[in-house]
Amino acid sequence: MNDMSPNKAEREAKLEGMGCKRKRVEDARFTQGKGNYVDDIKLPGMLFGDFVRSPHAHARIKGINIKKAMKVPGVLAVLTATELKGVNLAWMPTLAGDVQMVLADGKVLFQNQEVAFVVATDRYAAADGVEAVEVDYEALPVLVDPFQAMVKGAPVLREDIKDKTEGAHGKRKHYNHIFEWTVGDKDLTDAAFRKADVTIKELISYHRTHPSPLETCQAVASFDKIKGELTVWGTFQAPHVIRTVASLISTIPEHKIHVISPDVGGGFGNKVGAYPGYICAIVASIVTGKPVKWVEDRIENLTATSFARDYHMTAEIAATKEGKVQGLRVHVLADHGAFDACADPSKWPAGFFNIVTGSYDFPVAHVAVDGVYTNKAPGGVAYRCSFRVTEAAYCIERAMDILAQKLKMDPAELRMKNFIRREQFPYQSALGWEYDSGDYHTAMKQAMEKIDYQRLRAEQKRKQADFKAGKTREIMGIGVSFFTEIVGAGPSRNCDILGIAMFDSCEIRVHPTGSAIARVGTKSTGQGHETTWAQIIATEIGIPSADVMVEEGNTDTAPYGLGTYGSRSTPVAGAAIAMAARKIKAKAQMIAAYMLEVHEDDLQFDIDGFRVKGLPEKFKSMKEIAWAAYHSVPPGMEPGLEAVSYYDPPNMTYPFGAYFCVMDIDVDTGVYKIKRFYALDDCGTRINPMIIEGQVHGGLTEAFAIAMGQEIRYDAGGNVLTGSFMDFFMPTAVETPHWETDHTVTPSPHHPIGAKGVGESPNVGGVPAFSNAVNDAFGFLGSTHIQMPHDYWRNWEAAKSLGLVK
Amino acid sequence: MSKVHVKLKINDQEMEGLCEPRTLLVHFLRENLSLTGTHIGCETTHCGACTVDLNGKSVKSCTMLAVQAQGANVTTIEGMANADGTMGALQEGFRQMHGLQCGYCTPGMIVRAHRLLQENPNPTEEEIRFGIAGNLCRCTGYQNIVKAIQHAAAKLRGEEFLEAAE
Repeated sequence: MNDMSPNKAEREAKLEGMGCKRKRVEDARFTQGKGNYVDDIKLPGMLFGDFVRSPHAHARIKGINIKKAMKVPGVLAVLTATELKGVNLAWMPTLAGDVQMVLADGKVLFQNQEVAFVVATDRYAAADGVEAVEVDYEALPVLVDPFQAMVKGAPVLREDIKDKTEGAHGKRKHYNHIFEWTVGDKDLTDAAFRKADVTIKELISYHRTHPSPLETCQAVASFDKIKGELTVWGTFQAPHVIRTVASLISTIPEHKIHVISPDVGGGFGNKVGAYPGYICAIVASIVTGKPVKWVEDRIENLTATSFARDYHMTAEIAATKEGKVQGLRVHVLADHGAFDACADPSKWPAGFFNIVTGSYDFPVAHVAVDGVYTNKAPGGVAYRCSFRVTEAAYCIERAMDILAQKLKMDPAELRMKNFIRREQFPYQSALGWEYDSGDYHTAMKQAMEKIDYQRLRAEQKRKQADFKAGKTREIMGIGVSFFTEIVGAGPSRNCDILGIAMFDSCEIRVHPTGSAIARVGTKSTGQGHETTWAQIIATEIGIPSADVMVEEGNTDTAPYGLGTYGSRSTPVAGAAIAMAARKIKAKAQMIAAYMLEVHEDDLQFDIDGFRVKGLPEKFKSMKEIAWAAYHSVPPGMEPGLEAVSYYDPPNMTYPFGAYFCVMDIDVDTGVYKIKRFYALDDCGTRINPMIIEGQVHGGLTEAFAIAMGQEIRYDAGGNVLTGSFMDFFMPTAVETPHWETDHTVTPSPHHPIGAKGVGESPNVGGVPAFSNAVNDAFGFLGSTHIQMPHDYWRNWEAAKSLGLVK
Repeated sequence: MSKVHVKLKINDQEMEGLCEPRTLLVHFLRENLSLTGTHIGCETTHCGACTVDLNGKSVKSCTMLAVQAQGANVTTIEGMANADGTMGALQEGFRQMHGLQCGYCTPGMIVRAHRLLQENPNPTEEEIRFGIAGNLCRCTGYQNIVKAIQHAAAKLRGEEFLEAAE
């Protein structure tokens, strides 16, 4: 290649590297019905497993009779805790250091808990078998309200540990107590409150909800008795961790376990953990010698696998009368359900909740979290957020609004006054984090200008006057949210899952003809990794992204990685990809130097190859170098062109953003209209803007759902009231607002390509924006805080409690 | 349980199979006929992942028995490509406008949009949103799905769609 080569812009365009809106490679198969999801897998002789589930929230099991079930045509086996005890699998360890029943052992602790597993020739016969299993229950008193968990005389839920005064995370204060986790300086914080001009205190609850990806949790297990090998296809966001866990609890050596995540129909945190369905499918395959499929239905998904949130946060802020924050104090009562199956890094029982100081320069802060057991489903997963980060962001963003109201100050102005300033980064927070980079004032100013904030406030004033004058029954709210996330878990010094450091990995092989395959330790559940990972490689080593195949999810072929959740794919695996590519680039440079007969320092990388400095006509393309790597490498060099990188990030990344929601609410009906929603995101370097904006749309829609109605509700008897899509709010295209997106770019200084991760920002920042809009609408009428979710009925209730409707 | 012989036309091909009378159409398509493009998301008619086109109407195949489809003319996602095997207008529209992420709702969404455009070749945004309200998507927030359908509608009318994915 020389003067005849196409110009720079054309060569760059051909790469389709970072920053371009590359169309997705996944779409060809997904739009033509050729995806390969778990339920599409069909193996010879495959059986189907289905659960008998508890109708009670708390009951003793006096007996299980499987005789009738075994006579049902097609039924081959029924597993109960008794059978599982034979293989030491009646209980399994959780990621949070607790244990969880795989099948009910003596008692049930939440409605729809797994009691028995019926294995049959097909899903209809299995369902028949489930109907025929007879279980004798003796109902026990039910504990639903977490605030009643630690009172004297509360029902004993976990008899297995009732006398244990130490848990995985320290002392237990009560038999229904799981852990207390504290961080920050209590004395200094208390002192700040004593000196403060102004303080606020509010119980801010973030209700229980559920990630509910459109594809439920599912698995196919196939045990080969002759080889002693187990293959599991499953809806796993973290296939490698599942393999390790499977090996640890089954005693099958890890090299004889093959875990494969094929195409996965959405995850949102639901598919991180290990569930009884996986274990039962594996045991059933070992017992029957045939492949066994388990597919959750929607009701099972909503009621049994991994809820999210259920955090009850009492937040206090101390401030000067000018509105400068002086201290933050938060106590959280965390409802973990029947088992502590929270999917957090092992040392973090409350996740990264200590990001709760948010975007503000709090000199001191203190947080205490108490986790308790109740008769509800286990879980506590990060539903489209990093670990407990959405709870933290909601808490601080609501509390800042409450402070603004008390100070009679504009909430945007209060935020601007307290932002961490650009020159303070890297910023050490009072609760122990080092924020990598940020430019909050610039982002906020840009957002306020774009939405014409002052004009909106003026319009709101007019509407408030009209409302007071009886001219309208509509009130207007402007929700302000400025969030800082902490994602990309994480550095090995403080993040591990069951002892495995939370690195991630990439292996790249460049083929002789100049195309490549990249295998990565993450697993896309819709994020488009096959498209974006290739874009990073294209920019780094000059091979067009169309010539790079990306493969994930097969533990036999992909290097070990910790998977996709907590917005960690780009911050951790994205870095591993860049680092593996740089190793290839370094070797390619040596080969090019040999080919061009110059010293490698005389070469510079130029889009898609190396050029001799000062002699632009002397150039070797990556394609030519790849060929040379397989037949004429420099003497002493190993042939081939491949590299592996395991990346242990030096720090987390801290994406941020400014969101605004404008809403009208009719006080007589509670009906709201979202008039406008604007989202500015700063996720550092942008790899594919089309995919980023698509993720922002999706995350905002989930935030909208959560804030405005999506809830897992229980009655006092522990019955789930929202167990189907009829009752569990899933917005359709009709309710979903139009999203306006915007961005600033503040790269991460420690990430090889400066990227921070974005998939979860819209959920984290969106929820407070919606909730603040509702609260802002009612604020001038004397209300301070209205609990989520803000559905029509609750809005109407709020109006009623303020005396606005009779 | 005795089995029933079900015969129907799917994607312009005669197909048949034996199934129990209680077999849902979606299971018959997926398991008897190996047409796994049609998905199951809720089994309660809410999510629309199982949408197929049956005798000119959008039908949620998780809420219909296979025997009820006896002799019917069915189109599934596998029948949405052009006759020459290239991507159909809706499939191309979804790709161009980034109308999908995890891909799980996509087959039902495309099959539903196909019927919508048969009934209304030039729908407004509001008509599209109303027209796909029986199909849930958890990933996209619908904004680019609306654009994908507009893109396909324009193409089918012989016009060019000038907007980009947002």
